[in-house]
Amino acid sequence: MTSAPSLLERRAGRAERDRHIPGEAGLWILIFGDMTVFAVLFAVYLHNRGAQPVVFAKSQETLNRNFGAINTLLLLTSSLLVVLATRAVRGQARKHAPRLVAGAMACGLGFIVIKIFEYHDKISAGLTPSTNKFYMYYFVLTGVHLAHLVVGLVVLAVLGNLARKPELTSTNLMFFEGGACFWHMVDLLWIVLFPLLFLVR
Amino acid sequence: MTTMLRTRASAIWIVLVLATTLSWTLGSESGFGTESHKIASVVILVVALFKVRLVGLYFMELRDAPTALRAIFEFYCAAVCAMTIGLFLFA
Repeated sequence: MTSAPSLLERRAGRAERDRHIPGEAGLWILIFGDMTVFAVLFAVYLHNRGAQPVVFAKSQETLNRNFGAINTLLLLTSSLLVVLATRAVRGQARKHAPRLVAGAMACGLGFIVIKIFEYHDKISAGLTPSTNKFYMYYFVLTGVHLAHLVVGLVVLAVLGNLARKPELTSTNLMFFEGGACFWHMVDLLWIVLFPLLFLVR
Repeated sequence: MTTMLRTRASAIWIVLVLATTLSWTLGSESGFGTESHKIASVVILVVALFKVRLVGLYFMELRDAPTALRAIFEFYCAAVCAMTIGLFLFA
């Protein structure tokens, strides 16, 4: 028997001792640390927007909202697939897990393709980080997020390999949960970035 | 495969997609700088943090995490929601 609690135990137990840290505690320092850094970036962006509301609103008009929204849907879908993959490796439907992870990765790659189109549109129209403060923040925030997404894809590739193993140890399962949470964080950060950069004005 | 998709996570995913569509529609309305768009923007921010909370509680499984971990996350959602709306309206 592994040390990871079974599904039944998890469902039944609401007592504090039965509660379960997804992945491991150290990972959550990284995740909350990253989320805090992004929260500061959100604040800096909004603070600068307050100083130049017209510049920000006019520049935002040039963004393609559909690209941003489709990317949101892609990440939400990839997150769902990772949740289903996590359930699969824990339970009976193990054989589905590699395909679910591959599907999540495909959504992540789709996000990158759309971002390339988006950046290409802007840069070929002469809109670069040096154009004004809005574009500076747009490129920095989406760029830092994209870097996280690329790291997330590498993590998913590792999870995909784990999912193919015939037996998973409790350490393997813990790593799977942790990697899944990192991917959900990439999704979660985009959920705030998309409205901030594309919608709110 | 179909039974596998009939989970709470899938139901949450549907809510997240609907919320995204709502924000997309609200954010695509013309007439920036108007009072009505200011209200729409606040709604969009509240919806965004509501979505963040759903991803954390159901996808990251913080609902079943130790109280301290969940509390940090809940605090993060509330703080970012208040901070973004506050800075949006008053910065």
